Amino acid sequence: MKPKFGVVVFPGSNCDHDAYFAVKKILGYDAEFLWHKETDLKNSDVIILPGGFSYGDYLRTGSIARFSPIMNSVIDFANKGGYVIGICNGFQILLEAGLLPGAMQQNESLKFICEDVYLSVKNKDTVFTKSIDTEILKIPIAHGEGNYFADDDTLKELEDNEQIVFQYSSQDNNIDKKYNPNGSLLNIAGIVNKRKNVLGMMPHPERSCDPILRKTDGQKIFKSIAENIFN
Amino acid sequence: MYKATVIVKRRPKILDPQGKAAEQGAKLLGFNNVSKTRIGKYIEFFVNTPTLEEAEKEVKEYSEKLLSNPIMEDFEFKIEKA
Repeated sequence: MKPKFGVVVFPGSNCDHDAYFAVKKILGYDAEFLWHKETDLKNSDVIILPGGFSYGDYLRTGSIARFSPIMNSVIDFANKGGYVIGICNGFQILLEAGLLPGAMQQNESLKFICEDVYLSVKNKDTVFTKSIDTEILKIPIAHGEGNYFADDDTLKELEDNEQIVFQYSSQDNNIDKKYNPNGSLLNIAGIVNKRKNVLGMMPHPERSCDPILRKTDGQKIFKSIAENIFN
Repeated sequence: MYKATVIVKRRPKILDPQGKAAEQGAKLLGFNNVSKTRIGKYIEFFVNTPTLEEAEKEVKEYSEKLLSNPIMEDFEFKIEKA
């Protein structure tokens, strides 16, 4: 069965078309844009909150987008077990919405970083990662605020519940501070909620799907979703 | 009508990359007595409520729900008759 991806478009989203193109044109799944002022998720099986600079990143990243009308539907959908993936700014919106724990700070270097990074896949017991056949993914990041923060209790809970899905690492799976591009605690690049139906990640899988770019590891995440959500 | 001013600050224990960068600039300029620079937000707005109590309630809720992030920030506010 072909899944349908609903790609939310906020004012200032700029990876919405990349995400749509990746899942629909490259991977051949169904996809539809969802304007942020609407409330109908149009029978999507998976919601993508794409990257970008929703509301100009004013106040705090994701803080205003979190109150867009569509977010009430996304929160209901997630609370009923629906699958949601927030990429970059989408991850920041999920944090502001309280669908994932923690908060995002400016990169430690204060620089906007745009480069390929290696991710260690820490938990393969989620629909997002179950079908990934490698321990490491090479996926680009592009953000100024990817410095994940949470208090010690929350970090312990994330570890205890195996909610940390992706950590910045070296190519040979060494998770060390020197491979951490932004200062995020525990090298966190992506986490899921306790129920494991909501994923937030700073790296952009949609930017590493098209074979013409000679990097396709992002496909593995979308394929994993497609292969596992109906099971 | 009341005028509210809200100050949002990052909690003391949380690293403030912007404050740190500003302080590096301060040192370059020769401000050697400066330390512990922290950068927060100053926000002002008007509230049109009949009583001060209602204004306070609204300012507090606005600050909690949107202007600050309870995970890493604290806020304080002042309200005066406008």
